[in-house]
Amino acid sequence: MTQLTFARAINAGLRKSLENDPKVVLLGEDIGALGGVFRVTDGLQKDFGMHRVVDTPLAESAIVGTAVGLAYRGYRPVVEIQFDGFIYPAFDQIVSQVAKLHYRTRGAVKMPITIRVPFGGGIGSPEHHSESPEAYFTHTSGLRVVTVANPQDAFTVIQQAIACDDPVLYFEPKRRYHDKGEVDESADPRSALPMDKARVLTDGSDVTLVAYGPLVKTALDAASAAADEGISIEVIDLRSLAPVDYEPVVASVRKTGRLVVTHEAGQSGGLGAEVAASITERCFYHLEAAPVRVTGFDIPYPYSKLEMHHLPGLDRILDGVDRALGRPNSLSGLEG
Amino acid sequence: MSTDETGPGGAKTPENARTPGIAETPESAKTPDRSGGDLVQLITPSGERISHPEFDFWVRDITDDQLCSLFEDMTVIRRIDVEATALQRQGELALWPPLLGQEAAQIGSGRALRADDFVFSSYRENGVAYCRGVDLTDLLRVWRGNASGGWDPYSINMATPQIIIGAQTLHATGYAMGIQNDGADAVAITYFGDGATSEGDVNEAMVFAASFQAPVVFFCTNNHWAISEPVRLQSHIQLADRASGFGIPSLRVDGNDVLAVMAATRLALDRARRGGGPTFIEAVSYRMGPHTTADDPTRYRDANELEDWAAKDPISRLAGLLDRKGILTAELRQQVKDKADAVASEMRRGCTTMPEPQPMDIFKHVYSTPNSWLERQQDHYARYLASFGDPAGAVSEEGAR
Repeated sequence: MTQLTFARAINAGLRKSLENDPKVVLLGEDIGALGGVFRVTDGLQKDFGMHRVVDTPLAESAIVGTAVGLAYRGYRPVVEIQFDGFIYPAFDQIVSQVAKLHYRTRGAVKMPITIRVPFGGGIGSPEHHSESPEAYFTHTSGLRVVTVANPQDAFTVIQQAIACDDPVLYFEPKRRYHDKGEVDESADPRSALPMDKARVLTDGSDVTLVAYGPLVKTALDAASAAADEGISIEVIDLRSLAPVDYEPVVASVRKTGRLVVTHEAGQSGGLGAEVAASITERCFYHLEAAPVRVTGFDIPYPYSKLEMHHLPGLDRILDGVDRALGRPNSLSGLEG
Repeated sequence: MSTDETGPGGAKTPENARTPGIAETPESAKTPDRSGGDLVQLITPSGERISHPEFDFWVRDITDDQLCSLFEDMTVIRRIDVEATALQRQGELALWPPLLGQEAAQIGSGRALRADDFVFSSYRENGVAYCRGVDLTDLLRVWRGNASGGWDPYSINMATPQIIIGAQTLHATGYAMGIQNDGADAVAITYFGDGATSEGDVNEAMVFAASFQAPVVFFCTNNHWAISEPVRLQSHIQLADRASGFGIPSLRVDGNDVLAVMAATRLALDRARRGGGPTFIEAVSYRMGPHTTADDPTRYRDANELEDWAAKDPISRLAGLLDRKGILTAELRQQVKDKADAVASEMRRGCTTMPEPQPMDIFKHVYSTPNSWLERQQDHYARYLASFGDPAGAVSEEGAR
């Protein structure tokens, strides 16, 4: 076991994939000599060469579109989108090509493309650098969408994503890049928990709290604070956003009777709505209260001095827990 | 950077072209940029073979028999096109994109390709698919509504035709980067129309192709109309001139002259095989029919324009040449007609006997590995269908109850 930051853990996972499979190629802006703007690809071009780690011109549609051509040729491209807000120029290639080519060709052409996207806020950046666009992609059939919440997962899931024959969007919580954690670099990603499975992180009996990516840490902090008040929260790290692994969530809600879902993305049409609806369908008679969403607001990502108002923090999550429990909360007395 | 001294057709890829880094064009593979010049033409509209100091070389091996074969190919694909249009009018196909008038551009380029080259086309290159050996039933699957793609791309080394305008140019460029990595001497070729040159993807593809000197040929068929929008709305300069801004040499060729198209395509393919990077070909032709069978060109197009282009018809032009050579016999005409009729008849049979897709087929191939969401929906829908007792016939647009 070694202590690695999130960024180094992803780097180590990419390195393993490059070593193990000569068909893995990395493409992106500034990923070579610079090692990426977050240094996630640091040193990889030096060790694997310009034909394995390719610095591309600045054109997102082309980065993804050429990855499609490489996949046609039998490669497993891993592309880096420099920031979440830069993914939109590539939207057509992702949703109309990457997502659909396997279906369009009735399985003849595989699209084992991994699209790495640093996402989420909390780092004081200007606009276009802190967005949470995951719902656009969870809504598109043919794509798998995953995110990671600790360095060990970052290390294994990136390898699972690259090995997967389906296209995978791999969302990296950028405000956690420098967080450290234990990583077993000898762990075999094939025997690790599959990337499409959720994980129950704490055992609780009062409320089920579902989070993913950057908010998993916040959710754990909230659970710890709630425990001091005698409230027992079961925190679930969703990990896979498409498909969502509902079984552990269903089992948990049947036990607790209460569901809180939290994410940084805006509320309307977000993944929280999907989870709340699905759990309501499956657990209606077990629910003691309506599912609660604690999310970002339906606004463009705000300027950095106010971003902490937009991002769900520990106290907003606890306020949501109070709503689910029918305890006094900020909305007490408000109907509808 | 240097290249091997190998000739056209047998060229090896230079070792140092394997790395997709920013590369220079080898001197030996440089092609004069002819974008600003006149159209390359080897056969006049009246069927006269005219010599060209540079391009004759690329078709020097074409015998009279091969000219007859090109005549047959063009006649057959026109016949396929007419038959498919008829099938659409008879309600057998939902839609069809005719290639009428573009036979020389498609056959001239399609016949220049090697089996291991890979084609990324738009939806109109049915003549190119014919050159690749496509099963004619496969050609119709998409337009009959029986599938999202007609064939296994690897069976004929041609990707599923692209409907999003210009998206395929990036796929070709990426594939070509893969060829480079593999150290192979195949080439990726991408087909698109004049309208596509306005799309961002086509421009991004040219940036990437030039930066990495990828072995890709950009084959632009300027058929003058993007549905109802004339090419002058897309560009104030000749389309071939756009390529030079990306550092890509280009050719402007008479797209209704099958020999000129073949010569230009062979030159571009050879250049790519020899590590010389991408080439842009503008094949100047005309879409004599509608954009698709859903379209009405009389609303936006002058009848005189059609008449002018009819005089430059690619098939009658080659027929004129064969006639001048004294090889266009009544027997040959009959033989070609019989072949075209037989192919059309076989295609019609394939269309009308195509098995109907089954309801549960819609769930297949969304993912290559199981997806828990979809499995649940699939299971629920199977139960729903089973509740009628007759799964296959249970659902109609009007409802089953």
